[in-house]
Amino acid sequence: MKKIQVLGTGCSKCKLLTANVEAAVKALGIEAVVEKVEKIQEIMKFGVMTTPALVVDGQVKSAGKVVSPDDIKNLLV
Amino acid sequence: MTKRLLLLIARGIGLLLVWGLVYWNLEPFSVWLTYGVLGLSHGEHLAAALQFFVFETPKVLMLLTLVVFGVGIVRSFFTPERTRRILSGRSETAGNVLAALLGIVTPFCSCSAVPLFIGFVTTGVPLGVTFSFLVSSPMVNEVALVLLFGLFGWKVAAIYLSTGLGIAFASGWVIGRLRMEKHVEDWVYQTQTGDGVPEAESDWPARIRLGLDAVKDIVGRVWFYVLIGIGVGAGIHGYVPENFMASIMGKSAWWSVPLAVLIGVPMYSNAAGIIPIVQALLGKGAALGTVLAFMMAVIALSLPEAIILRKVLKPRLLVVFFGVVAIGIMAVGYLFNAIM
Repeated sequence: MKKIQVLGTGCSKCKLLTANVEAAVKALGIEAVVEKVEKIQEIMKFGVMTTPALVVDGQVKSAGKVVSPDDIKNLLV
Repeated sequence: MTKRLLLLIARGIGLLLVWGLVYWNLEPFSVWLTYGVLGLSHGEHLAAALQFFVFETPKVLMLLTLVVFGVGIVRSFFTPERTRRILSGRSETAGNVLAALLGIVTPFCSCSAVPLFIGFVTTGVPLGVTFSFLVSSPMVNEVALVLLFGLFGWKVAAIYLSTGLGIAFASGWVIGRLRMEKHVEDWVYQTQTGDGVPEAESDWPARIRLGLDAVKDIVGRVWFYVLIGIGVGAGIHGYVPENFMASIMGKSAWWSVPLAVLIGVPMYSNAAGIIPIVQALLGKGAALGTVLAFMMAVIALSLPEAIILRKVLKPRLLVVFFGVVAIGIMAVGYLFNAIM
């Protein structure tokens, strides 16, 4: 099972990214937990400087942009 | 060089030629439409206003598209990670200059101010240098630059660019001199920061995609404000201004600059949204320095930003930061009113 984390302090782009992640997970039909990380200290542990950021299984995949559901799919498979 | 890249360059040059051809014919076209097709006569207010609108709207939108695309491409070379590497461990004065310049080309949105701030100061970027970056990034805005160039000419645009950079440099430098590191919230320097995003090799097709994304995002967001701005401008262009702003925002009112900054600081708007107001104020006789100060105060400082930055800055440093930048903006306002 994959662990997907969306890092962001709650801006509108973070919500968009979370929605895209959920859409991608649903479309792929894979099992995954989607978690939002909103605490700044936790976000900094990943070393990102721009939010929203996307983390899959502990690895930072993107930062500072809203990735489209299609691109998220490519990151997940 | 691959065949694909050559093809890309050829297409780029082709598109640029078409762009230029259309751009340089916009004015004759607007004259032809207003006086030829619609048959309005010269000297009429309506005709002048209409011609202004028909000429300026596509002109500014085309300029905006080109510049935003270009800036998008340039930004693909400057990730925040890379900028941090350039700035980390710099001596202060030179670092402030670099940070102000990098602020223009590094992609960054105000909602990332806190992680960016922490990411910079915990990896050896001096506090003052970090502030130069934080000021320059919103202050020197490519949309505002294009609109000022399109509507008021290259001189105003150049002055905006250079004074914006000047304020970013000076306010960061002053904060550095004041040695305010202890007024950063204590937990900030103890934060553990990880490795971040692995740097992806970008190729040209990817950079062009980034440029196009920037156009879609920014032009898609601001075209409406541009239209309103030019509409207001057209109204002023065609009809004689009443100068009713001259008494309260004119050159003779010395207190108008600080007042404009005081009103502008808490306000929050993007650069494009503020241009219609700038147009209206200037058209009604407000002094350029006063209006520019107002515009800078609105886009560079805002209440939401203060609330966001309060997480990492103790009140004293927050007040110093806003105070120093506001003083810089006022100086620019007075300078302009004195020389223009």
